[in-house]
Amino acid sequence: MTKIVVDGTEVDVPADYTLLQACEIAGAEIPRFCFHERLSIAGNCRMCLVELKGAPKPVASCAYAVKDCRPGPNGEPPEVLTRSGTTKKAREGVMEFLLINHPLDCPICDQGGHCDLQDQAMAYGVDSTRYGENKRAVEEKYIGPLVRTAMNRCIHCTRCVRFLAEVAGVPDLGAIGRGEDMEITSYLESAMGSELQGNVADLCPVGALVHKPQSYEVRPWELSKTESIDVMDAVGCAIRVDAKGREVMQIEPRINEAVNEEWISDKTRHAVDGLRMQRLDRPYVRENGRLRPASWGEAFAAIAARVKGTDAKRIGAIVGDLAGVEEIFALKSLMTALGVTNLDSRQAGETLDPAWGRAAYTLGTTIPGIEDADAILLVGTNPRLEASLLNVRIRKRWRMAPLAVGLIGEAVDLTYPHTYLGAGPETLAEVASGRHSFAEVVKAANRPLVIVGMGALSRPDGAAILAAAAALAKDIGAVTPDWNGFGVLHTAAARVGALDLGFVPGEGGLDLAAMIQSSALDVLFNLGADEVEVGPGAFVVYQGTHGDRGATRADVVLPGAAYSEKSATYVNLEGRVQMTNRAGFPPGDAREDWAILRALSDVLGQRLPFDSLGALRRTLYGAYPHLAALDTVAPSDAVSAVEALAGLGGTPDRAAFAPAVPDFYLTNAIARASRVLAECSSLARVRGLEAAE
Amino acid sequence: MANRRLAPAAEQPQSFAFSSENAEWAKGQIEKYPEGRQASAVIPLLWKAQEQNGGWLPRAAIESVADELGMPHIRVLEVATFYTMFALEPVGRFWIQLCGTVPCDSCGARELKDYLQARLGAPGHVSADGNFSWLEVECLGACCNAPMAQINQDYYEDLTPDLLGALMDDLAAGRPVKIGSQVGRTSSEPKGGADTLVDATLFDGSRVGAWRQRFEDKKAEESSEPSGKAEAASSEQRAAADPKPARPDAGRAVEGRSTDAPAQRSASGEKPVKSGDEAEAADPAESTARPGKPAPTPAESMARAEAAGAESGTQSDLPRDEPPPQPEASGASEGVSTDGPKTAPAETSGDKRPAPKSEGN
Repeated sequence: MTKIVVDGTEVDVPADYTLLQACEIAGAEIPRFCFHERLSIAGNCRMCLVELKGAPKPVASCAYAVKDCRPGPNGEPPEVLTRSGTTKKAREGVMEFLLINHPLDCPICDQGGHCDLQDQAMAYGVDSTRYGENKRAVEEKYIGPLVRTAMNRCIHCTRCVRFLAEVAGVPDLGAIGRGEDMEITSYLESAMGSELQGNVADLCPVGALVHKPQSYEVRPWELSKTESIDVMDAVGCAIRVDAKGREVMQIEPRINEAVNEEWISDKTRHAVDGLRMQRLDRPYVRENGRLRPASWGEAFAAIAARVKGTDAKRIGAIVGDLAGVEEIFALKSLMTALGVTNLDSRQAGETLDPAWGRAAYTLGTTIPGIEDADAILLVGTNPRLEASLLNVRIRKRWRMAPLAVGLIGEAVDLTYPHTYLGAGPETLAEVASGRHSFAEVVKAANRPLVIVGMGALSRPDGAAILAAAAALAKDIGAVTPDWNGFGVLHTAAARVGALDLGFVPGEGGLDLAAMIQSSALDVLFNLGADEVEVGPGAFVVYQGTHGDRGATRADVVLPGAAYSEKSATYVNLEGRVQMTNRAGFPPGDAREDWAILRALSDVLGQRLPFDSLGALRRTLYGAYPHLAALDTVAPSDAVSAVEALAGLGGTPDRAAFAPAVPDFYLTNAIARASRVLAECSSLARVRGLEAAE
Repeated sequence: MANRRLAPAAEQPQSFAFSSENAEWAKGQIEKYPEGRQASAVIPLLWKAQEQNGGWLPRAAIESVADELGMPHIRVLEVATFYTMFALEPVGRFWIQLCGTVPCDSCGARELKDYLQARLGAPGHVSADGNFSWLEVECLGACCNAPMAQINQDYYEDLTPDLLGALMDDLAAGRPVKIGSQVGRTSSEPKGGADTLVDATLFDGSRVGAWRQRFEDKKAEESSEPSGKAEAASSEQRAAADPKPARPDAGRAVEGRSTDAPAQRSASGEKPVKSGDEAEAADPAESTARPGKPAPTPAESMARAEAAGAESGTQSDLPRDEPPPQPEASGASEGVSTDGPKTAPAETSGDKRPAPKSEGN
């Protein structure tokens, strides 16, 4: 620790801190453009200049270490002045230079109102110019469908370049030319290839890079901002849902160090227009082969007519990828009351069973815990597409100090160097038996991490593969009382919550694959499962948000609320319990899902014992206390769970692991309804074809 | 310098590959750098690619170099667009890079620019005969012989429009040309030959080598009397009596009163001038005074030393964090006069200023 005096306040900071960090500890605010906590230091905007006593001129505080400061003549701690006249004058000079070429188009700039340059010009700008020449004019660049450029506004901070190169690991942007002629562009104006590219517009301190889909649509001051949780994948990124009136306009990341730091994927951000399109806004009942609009009463009556007199053994319920814990609980309570045991939430056919223990179906390592791993084995997963922010964390870990990452499954670019081991269960067996050279690497590691993905588990022999992976984890010492290095990587936001509630076939119950066979059931409740093809025969009650595959096959459609329209609990792939908040109301006659099920239960004569969301949660927390602990991961006994898994045995098939997310941009009903994501998807497909050539 | 872009697609060759000789050379360049640092070879490789491609760098070459070094294409494009030494569009057989930075400009580069503009047209275009293209570039580091231009690999200096025109004619006709200064000076000597360090005695050892003779003589003298042992013993005693801490000041410069200025001695009540110095100064053999000018009196030299001491800051007792005393604002300083308070001129302009202080005197 080193002492340093900032504006007369002495603070004690680690010697490797920069002056900027020390100043922030001391409570002094330092303006900056190029500096960002999570990116490397560029030191090129010069806005963070401070006066350092003894230094001949102001120093860039973001790039000057506390340990490089000289003490005073009698050994006094070095002194920094952030409010002195020299500092102010220096920053005003920098600001004047920045504004020489910056256009005065704030009224038509999308960044207006949340622009760093605008804000800091209020403090350090002068109200007139001394520059009589023409301003620099820069051609607009095409860098993809998600980010619009207005390059006249660029102040060359290079945050976007550094983000893509460092965090995203897909170095698509660069700065060509030099000096005043420097321009940010992608190589020959090709579209950026990162699934995190939207973040560059967030990072841009000016309006040079702005979000293209909501161009000219929003001003920050007319939005109501709701803190929520993303459900596009199982990571559960912290988001802020910005709505204008009833309509959700944009989704921005929130900082959550434990999950997404401050990034979100493009799917999370740009599924927004999917919340408006293809929505189910009233109940429908199928008559003569066609769905016709109906009232809630008619819809419920149609359901009740079919359920009454149907044997509970011929009734089933399945849960999709976006359902919150509350409605799953309500559905399970209703089904239990009806005596139904045909329940399943494992839409992709994952062979996971809550009976094996919570550690057997979550990533108990936790996402921040990845930073402690020293070797990672990925089995049947492509975290870049299945859990983009988890992949960012692995990349962050790799950037701290390169570690060995082995991949079994589809050969993909994970954005960090890794060893491709093989395609299927045979390779896993080779590593487990020590025949593969990577076995030495994971054995030698102190904190190895084995992550099994849905590509390995969503197949009939999934249990055997999971058992083999667990046995491997046990062998290499991945699971000890201090280190839980075994986990499952989910792709659906609802899955862990549903497994926590035990939404799996009860005694003698059918699983999902059996339920969707033709004529397997008479009545099937489908809570938002859009990725399954239900065979003919059953009377399907679909409760969901979008007119997607599930609604097409339904006999009764009950319109529900999307994640931005309800307060619902989601458990992410770590087992972290998080809650969304309502940013708007569901469209038309659509209602919150738990309320629909509560109303339906009344019609079916099995009234659920809660009349409000609060009452539902009280019941829920009574039955599952760990769900009451928001934002935490309940500890689970990984050692015994892995022991149990390893004991399952079984012989895996020889088939290679298939990708669990074939199209990153179109994984759920909301994303499929989004035009923006459809464009991204077709671009990605073209890119994939080009890469394959 | 305008925006630098790749040449239009019509001019781009379909593919680029190093010739086997150049590929070998490139491998040698890459091997200079440790594993994982191959990207460091990007400039030599681009340079070679440009050379092989007739003086300019096509897109295919940029991509080929990027792939060879395992760099993203944009990273190599950044390098290629940063340096004007990489031509991104086809160039003439002779590529003229005319320096237009300040020293060349003030020595007439503007006329050269006008000349090239008139003879070859706008920069960046190859002349009709394919011989020339030109570009104004930033400083090429030959300011002493300004104005200058680089044509292909060589510098041509001390140019005038006429000289440049003749040079271009010669180049185009394949006649031999003189590299370097075009007005006959040797490297960067002054025009008309050297005018310093021309004394022959500087180079015959009689002056420049004399110190060495003295040094060697003295060394021979010292080695004849064995005093080393006695010195070692005394240093041991000194160390015992006055032990030095391992890190006397933790490696930082401590400001102490280490100077031995006359003003300091005067302050501590001593005689300002050291007695030895006085005697030395009196010795006419040691005098540095010029003949004809009387040697300074002790009083004069003391005053000078004092002034020097004050200037170098050794006497300053001002706090470090305060600016040096400045003359006060004009109104106030006029108010503070030997005559005591008087009407400040500011009052006439209606300003309310603090009453002038009379105790300032």
